[in-house]
Parts: sequence; structure tokens; C-alpha cells
Amino acid sequence: MISRRHFLHATAAAHALAVASGLGPLGRAAAQQRLSEQDILRFEPLGQVTILHVTDIHAQLVPLYFREPSINLGVGPAKGKPPHLTDQAFRDFFKIAGGTAEAHALTADDFTALARNYGRMGGMDRVSRLIAAVRAERGADKVLLLDGGDTWQGSWTALQTRGDDMVQVMNALGVDAMTSHWEFTYGEDRVKELAEKSKAAFLAQNVRDNEWQEAVFEPRKTFEKGGAKIAVIGQAFPRTAIANPRWMIPKWEFGLREEDIQKQVDEARAEGADVVILLSHNGFDVDAKLATRVNGIDVILTAHTHDALPGVVTAGKTILVASGSHGKFVSRLDLDIRDKKVAGYRYKLLPVFSDAITPDPSMAGLIDTIRKPFAAELAQEIGRTESLLFRRGNFNGTFDDLIAQAMLAERDAEIALTPGFRWGGTLLPGDPITFDAIANATAITYPACYRMEMTGAQLKDVLEDVADNIFHPDPYFQGGGDMVRVGGVGYAIDVSAPMGRRISDLTLLKTGRPLEASRAYTVAGWASVNQGTQGPPIWDVVKAHVARHKTIRIEPNAAVKVTGA
Amino acid sequence: MAGPVVYRTRRNVLHMAALAAAASVIAPSLSKADSKAVEAEIKKLYDGKAMAEGRIKLDVPQIAENGLVVPITVDVESPMTEQNFVKAVHVYADGNPLPGVLTFRFSPLSGRASASTRMRLAQTQNIVAVAEMSDGSLFTTKAEVKVTIGGCGG
Repeated sequence: MISRRHFLHATAAAHALAVASGLGPLGRAAAQQRLSEQDILRFEPLGQVTILHVTDIHAQLVPLYFREPSINLGVGPAKGKPPHLTDQAFRDFFKIAGGTAEAHALTADDFTALARNYGRMGGMDRVSRLIAAVRAERGADKVLLLDGGDTWQGSWTALQTRGDDMVQVMNALGVDAMTSHWEFTYGEDRVKELAEKSKAAFLAQNVRDNEWQEAVFEPRKTFEKGGAKIAVIGQAFPRTAIANPRWMIPKWEFGLREEDIQKQVDEARAEGADVVILLSHNGFDVDAKLATRVNGIDVILTAHTHDALPGVVTAGKTILVASGSHGKFVSRLDLDIRDKKVAGYRYKLLPVFSDAITPDPSMAGLIDTIRKPFAAELAQEIGRTESLLFRRGNFNGTFDDLIAQAMLAERDAEIALTPGFRWGGTLLPGDPITFDAIANATAITYPACYRMEMTGAQLKDVLEDVADNIFHPDPYFQGGGDMVRVGGVGYAIDVSAPMGRRISDLTLLKTGRPLEASRAYTVAGWASVNQGTQGPPIWDVVKAHVARHKTIRIEPNAAVKVTGA
Repeated sequence: MAGPVVYRTRRNVLHMAALAAAASVIAPSLSKADSKAVEAEIKKLYDGKAMAEGRIKLDVPQIAENGLVVPITVDVESPMTEQNFVKAVHVYADGNPLPGVLTFRFSPLSGRASASTRMRLAQTQNIVAVAEMSDGSLFTTKAEVKVTIGGCGG
């Protein structure tokens, strides 16, 4: 059945192809010529202050492909509203034509065709160039650069240098303040060490030592820019100690701490702040709710859920900004401040099209220096993919299918579980699968690929619990992340049902038979939050599997049936 | 809500991809309390006396980071004078093997009827607090605490 939506997708694809073929063999170059650095930077300045926001870079130093999700369901009040729009609905909402550079940057359909046309995005040398250009245009004393966190993790070089490479890069970029989530997976000592080395203030009002409930980090910092006092409150990911290994940060507690945010806002106002910004790693839906419950926040710079929105969302008087991930975008928000109020604002999500932007040579040099010791290892071609390999989506990603298949085969398991991480690059059909690419999807500090037995009932419980973390109608109960990917098993999910009743029809795909509640199955998985988990690192498992097959082809995954959306 | 399976400390046992300890920690078949068991406990002390809502501020996390040590603070509005003070606060959990969690006892010399500690919660459940005032009146409030196995935020 071709729905109207599918038909529209097809039209968009045809349009994209027409554009490419119309320009002949120079299609790509011509497309880039149309898209200049000036176009990307074009912005009519407003007011006295510019806020620049980058977030969820996940240690991606060099340009990459990153496909946005084609399924990103909102539940409860978030249903059908940005950021829970994809593809045609997203383009309709933001008035973006199919086949354009913006469509490539922000939507998922036609990804392969558009990626070939518009090239890779991101690269910290390009990000650096854009930031320098804004500072030059506006005056550096009017620009505040803020980083929403998930910066120090996500690549092989970040893992090998335990985050040091990213601290060097962000210091060179001149970040004023940051907050955090995956940073905590380097453990308490290392985080403190790097926070010290970081020139950016490491702000986290919601991290406390669990003995005395004292703040571990500075909760907020006030900056003077363009003659205005800007208070920035840091909010680390509230559920770090649940979603990531608590044993690595045993003395720290997190949580949302809404009342404490209100206290921070009130204190900042009492100290004479003109503008109050929450530099948040809560996730978009959590922040959208928080904006209606905490008074006096002018701007929330959101993160964690990797949403990229080419316009702001407002909740009451609060402006919410969503700046995407992986260095694909830099957000620019100009504020006109009068009488301690935001009298006006202007916003643009600057897309970092790597082919259109001249790399900043000094940042390019730093990136080369960082990557050089690992260059041979990173460039190793383990195999090639015939299929588009991507990560994002509520239920499946082809890169995750590959990881799951690798675990089933290499660990001789009946079922594989791979976490619904939202970071990791995309590979186009025909691309080499380098070790760099494998590491970009797997580089974490708790990589052991375990093998164990689990009953059908236990598996159902796990899926129910994870589903409740994503589809609980109250965003304060959502933990973020996408649904755990299950290899070897299909299931149906009603996202609108209450916990315990969302998951049904669990089927072992190999036999086509229902999963038995009391039977034990062999399960392989990785990213266990438990201390002492045994097994080879997941990148070795994936590498061995890809090396064995050389050519990877992933068939479309129809194992998860979704209702209630 | 919590499915048909036996009682266990969920957080400790299962992370979606952290199942290494699962089989060994699942208790054979511990029974658990429910809201009736909590009511029965309160009845033992107060024999079905009417309870009013309010006056108690029960501060527990909506989502526990660690089910083994969930922070709890109770704070009851009271002048705490000889004439008018909070005598005791009882806390119950309707999803633990035993419903009784703790009792804080106060006197006018306490100054404030406020106390904090940590409790162990087996699973997602309601926490019920009952405050007994010096005039014999009773107040109650409840809050749900979610004890989760994770969900890999990324």
C-alpha cells in the first residue's frame, strides 16, 4: 500500500534526482557552489548579545554523515509536535522543500541521494570557522559560546585519550560553559581532572555528593556580554546514574531537582541577571515541561535527544533551542535585552555543510595532531557495506542490526540486545566500513559483550521497562534513548498502552515460534551498567563479523510492529 | 503494573543490556505487600480512624537512582509547641515484602518535625506517610517512586 506520505516521499526523491541529473556530472560541486559559507552564515544581527550553542558532538572531530530519524514518536502532549515530526511532516511544518540542502540536513528520507549531493556535515574545523566568523561579525565581547555536553565521548580518539582530545578542541574553540552526561562515563576522578583542564566552566546544578548532598560542580555562572549580565545554569543529564554505570560515579547523585533550578533562577535574578539561560541535558520533552513549571528562564538550550529544529519552540515566555548533534549544526540566537527582559530574539540553526565551509587551519592542525597516533588503526578498512547503515529511529537502525547480527554470530547467541544509543555516524551504500566507523558506533568505557541466559518472561520485562522509559506519557519519567534493539526476536509494541502492556507477540525469528515465558534463551548484549561484566569489547565482535563477511548487506527490518502512535 | 513475574530488586538485577546477574538474583517467590497490607498496618495502630490529606511534605525521587538506598525526607507543618506538636510519622511502602519502612518520633523539643533517611525499595511503588499529631488527629500523603532498570539514555 502506498500511503499519501509515501507518495510524497517518492516525489521528493524524484525532485532530488532531477536536481542532481540536471547539473550533470558536476552535480555535487554545483550543489556546493549554490550553498556558500555566506549563505550559511547570513543573519541579520539583533540586540546586544549572541548566544552560540553546540551540543551532543559525541567527539566527532571530522565531517561525517548522520541521518536523522525517520521514526521519532512523541507521546502525551508531545505527540505530533516538533521535535516529534519526521520527513515530509517535518518539512511541511518548517516549510522546507524536498531535495534541498536543508532537507538533507534535517530529514531522513532520500538520505543516500541527498548525501551524495550535499556531502558530509560537521567537522570541528568547520564549526570553528563558523564560530570565528560570528565572533568577527558581532564582536567577540558580544558572543557567548555554550556546549550542552555529550562532547567527550563517541570516538576512538576520545576513548583512547579518555576525553582529553575533546577538551583540547573545545578549549581551542573557546567554549564559555558546558554541562554533561556521557562525560561521567570516564569516572569521578577523570571527570574532575578534565573539568579542571577545561577552560569552559563545567556547570551542573543537579549533581550532588550522596553523603552530604553538597554540590559537586558549580551550579551556574554569570557572564557579561554586550553589556548584559547573562546567568547560565548547568543541568546535567538527570538520569545518568540509571542509564549509565553508577559504579563509575558511586559518590554522585543526579535527578531533575526542579525546585533547585527555581532557586538558581531566583538567586541569579536577585544578583541582577538580565537574562537567565538553562544549559540543559534533560532532553527536549523534559525541558518543554520544565519550562512550564519553573519561572523566569528566558532560554533553554536543549540537548540529549539530538533534535535539530530550524526554529525555536516557545513555552510561555521561555524559548527552547534544539541544536542537533555530531557537529552538524551551530545554533545562533541573538537577544535584544531591555529592562532585564528579552524584548526580541532572532534564531538560526546554522548547518555545518563541510564541503561549503573552509576549514579553520589551526583547528584542522589540532585535529590532525590528535588523530595521527591512531591514523593507521582508524583507516583500516574492515569491509564494505552495500546498505545504508544508520543508527537513529525509535525502534531500529541498520547499524544496530549489523551489531546485533555480529553478536548473534560471533557469540553464538539466540537473541542479541543492543542499546538504543542515538550517537554514531551513518555509512552510505558502497562506503568502506573502517575501524573508525565501527568505533564511532561503539566507543564506550563499558564495552564488554556478555553472553548469558535469560527467560522469555525476563526479556519481556526488559522491553517493557525500556519502553516505559521512552513512551511514558509524562516526560519527567522518560529517560531518553531509543528502544533497545533486539536481534533474533520480533515483537509488537503499542506505545500508547501503560507499562507492562505495551509489548506482545514476542517471536523467535529463527523458528517463527512465540517466545516461551519460562524457557531460557542464550542472549548476547553489550553496554551493561553492571560492574564486572565479562566479554570481549563490542568493537572487536563487530570487527570480526565484518571481516568474516567483507560485504555487509542489511535487509529492511520488519520485526517490530508498532501501534498506538 | 509490574508484570506477572516474581519480586526482585529490579535495578540491581536487570538493565536492558545488563542482565549478567539476572538469573541468580531473582528470588524464588517472595510475596509482596500491597495497598491493603499498608491499610492493615495503619489500622493496627489507629483502628480505622479518619485521616486528612496534607500537612506532610514527603520528598522522595520520582525515579530512584538506586532502589537499595532511596532518599526520603518527611517534613510536617506544626508549631511544635507543648500544646501542638507532631508525635510520630510512619512511612509505608506498598510494593516491598513488608509494608512498614520506618517510624520517626518527635517531641516539642525536636523543634521541627523533619527527618531524612534512606530506604530500600524492591520495585516501583507508592510510599505512604502518616503523621500523628499531639491532639490525636492524623494526616496522610503518598507519592509514587519508580524503580527502573534503566533504558540507555544516549
